[in-house]
Amino acid sequence: MSNTTDNTPVLKAQNLGIVFGGLKAVDSFSMEIGKSELVGLIGPNGAGKTTVFNLLTGVYQPTEGSFYLNGVKMNGRKTHQVVAAGISRTFQNIRLFKKMTVIDNVKVAMNMHMTYSLPASILRLPSYWKQEAEIEEKARELLNIVHLADKADFIAENLPYGQQRRLEIARALATGMKLLLLDEPAAGMNPTETAELLDIINDIRDRFQISVLLIEHDMSLVMKICERIQVIDYGVTIASGTPEEIANNPKVIEAYLGKDEEGGL
Amino acid sequence: MGKEKKISYFINAVGVLVLFLLLYALFQSGVLGVRTSYLKGICTTACYTIIMVTSLNLLVGFMGEFSLGHAGFMSVGAYASAVVTNMLADAGIPNLLLFIIALLVGGCCAAVTGVLVGIPALRLRGDYLAIVTVAFAEIIRVAFCNFEITGGGRTMSGIAKLSDFYWCFWVTVVCVSIMFLYTRSRFGRTIVAIREDYIAASASGINVTFYKVLNFTISAFFAGVGGAMYAHYMTAMIPTNFNFAYSAEMLTEVIIGGTGSLTGSIIGAAFLSALPEAMRQFANYRMLAYSVVLVLVMIFKPGGIFGKWEFSLTRALKKLVHFGRDGKKPAEQMTGGE
Repeated sequence: MSNTTDNTPVLKAQNLGIVFGGLKAVDSFSMEIGKSELVGLIGPNGAGKTTVFNLLTGVYQPTEGSFYLNGVKMNGRKTHQVVAAGISRTFQNIRLFKKMTVIDNVKVAMNMHMTYSLPASILRLPSYWKQEAEIEEKARELLNIVHLADKADFIAENLPYGQQRRLEIARALATGMKLLLLDEPAAGMNPTETAELLDIINDIRDRFQISVLLIEHDMSLVMKICERIQVIDYGVTIASGTPEEIANNPKVIEAYLGKDEEGGL
Repeated sequence: MGKEKKISYFINAVGVLVLFLLLYALFQSGVLGVRTSYLKGICTTACYTIIMVTSLNLLVGFMGEFSLGHAGFMSVGAYASAVVTNMLADAGIPNLLLFIIALLVGGCCAAVTGVLVGIPALRLRGDYLAIVTVAFAEIIRVAFCNFEITGGGRTMSGIAKLSDFYWCFWVTVVCVSIMFLYTRSRFGRTIVAIREDYIAASASGINVTFYKVLNFTISAFFAGVGGAMYAHYMTAMIPTNFNFAYSAEMLTEVIIGGTGSLTGSIIGAAFLSALPEAMRQFANYRMLAYSVVLVLVMIFKPGGIFGKWEFSLTRALKKLVHFGRDGKKPAEQMTGGE
C-alpha cells in the first residue's frame, strides 16, 4: 500500500441526506473514517442511525450528497455491489440464514470470491474441490475468531442469542470488507457477553486492519472502544469528537435527557 | 472430506446401476408375461414425472417460491422437441441421437422461456409470483392452441416414439444427479440463503436477482427435458394436457414428498404416477385422494413426508455394517432411482 491510499479516508460521506415523503430522515450527514479507525455513531431512538447504515450500504439511495469508499464514489450502487466494493454490515435485528448450518452462513458470504462455474460444479471439476476446500478452511478460521469454531455444524437458529450476533459478525467478515458497519452489536447481551464482544471487535480490527463504524446504545461499550464519536438527533449531526468531549457536551446531554429547565441536575 | 464424498458418489452410482440391472432383468426375462410393456410404460411415466417434480422442487423447496406454471415450461419443451424431431424424421439420424437432440432442444427452449419469464416475474415474491406463473402457463396454452405449427388446438400426433424406458431411466438419473450436484454447490447454497433471508443475502454480496433467474432457468430447463420425454412417449398431445390442474398436481407432489428433499420428490413422483395406474377403476378420484393426503401432510408434517432429508446409499450401507457409528457428516449422494 502506498502512502497516498493511507491518506485517503476509507469512508468519506459528504452532506448525505434522504427524504421520505417530506420527512428528512437524515440531513447533511458528513463523516470521515480513516484506516483501521473505530468510530461510534450514537443518538436517541429514531435519530436516523440505521438510516445512515442503509444509505451507506445501498439499501436506500441518498436524495442528496454522496459517499466514497477509498475515494471511489458509491452512489447509485446496489447493495451487493457496495458489499463487493468493501462495505459490509450486521443488522440490528439479527438476520441469519436460520435453517442453514453455522459454517454455511459464513460460506454464503464468500460466494462472491468464488469463481468456479456452473458446469464445473456439476461435473465436480478440480476447481470445485479446490475452492470448496479453501473456503471451508477460511470459514473455520473466521468462526475461530468469533469463538464459534465448535459450533460450525449447528443449525444457526439453534444458537443462543449472543452467539447469533457473533455469527453475523463472522458472516460480515467473510465478505472481505474494508469497512465494517455494526448495528447495535451488543443489544440484548449481558455484561459478560458484551465484554467478549468488545475483545472480538478489537481483535478483528487489529487482525484485518479494517475500519469500523458502530451504532450502539450501550454507552460503556462505546466510550471504551471508540476513538471518535458522532452524535445525531432528528437526522442532524449535533456533535462529534472524542468520547470525553461527547460525554461533557451539553447538546448531547440535552438530546438524551431533555432540556433541564432548572439549570443543573 | 473430498475423498469421502467421491467414494460416496461412486457407491451411489453403483447402486443406480444395480437398480437398472434389476429392472432390466425383470423386464427382459419375461416373468411378467403380457404385462411387461404395460409396466414399462408406467415406469417411463414415472421417469418424466420425477424430472418434472424434482425440477419444480428447485423452485419451491430450495428457492422457496411457489410456481404454478410448471406445466407451461413442460409444454414448451414438449412442443419444441416434437417439432424438431418431425423435421429431422427423414434425416436418417439414429434414434438414440435423435432422442438426445429432442431432449436438449426441449430443455433449451424451456430455459430460454424461463429467462424471459423470470427476469420480469422474479421481481415479485410469494403469492404475486405464483399468480404470474399461472398467467404464463395459461398464455402458453392458449398460444399453442392457436399456432399452426403446434396443431392449432387439435391433437398433435405422429410424434416419433423415442422414449424407451431404458434410455429414459438413464436420462432421469443424469437429470436428477445434475440437480443434486447443483444444490450441493455454491449455487445451491446461495439459492437457499436467498430463501432464508434475501436482505441478508444481498448484504452478503449476493446478486439476488441473478441467482433467482439462474435457478428459475435451470428449473425450466429440466421441465423442458421432462416435456420432451413426455412428447416422445405419448406420441400425441394437445395443449390442454398442460393445464392448471397439471401444474397444481406437480406442486402437490413436491409438497407431499418434502420441500427441499430431492429424495421426497423422486419417491413422491414415482409413487403418485404409479398409483392411478394401479387403481385404474378409481382414477377419477385421484385428485380427491391427493387433496386428502395433502391436508393430512400439512397438519401432521408441514415440511412434507421427507422434510429436507436425503437418502444416501453410503449412509444406509454404513448403518447396515455398523461402520461409521458416531454420526459422521451426512454423506452427500443419493440414488437417482425410480
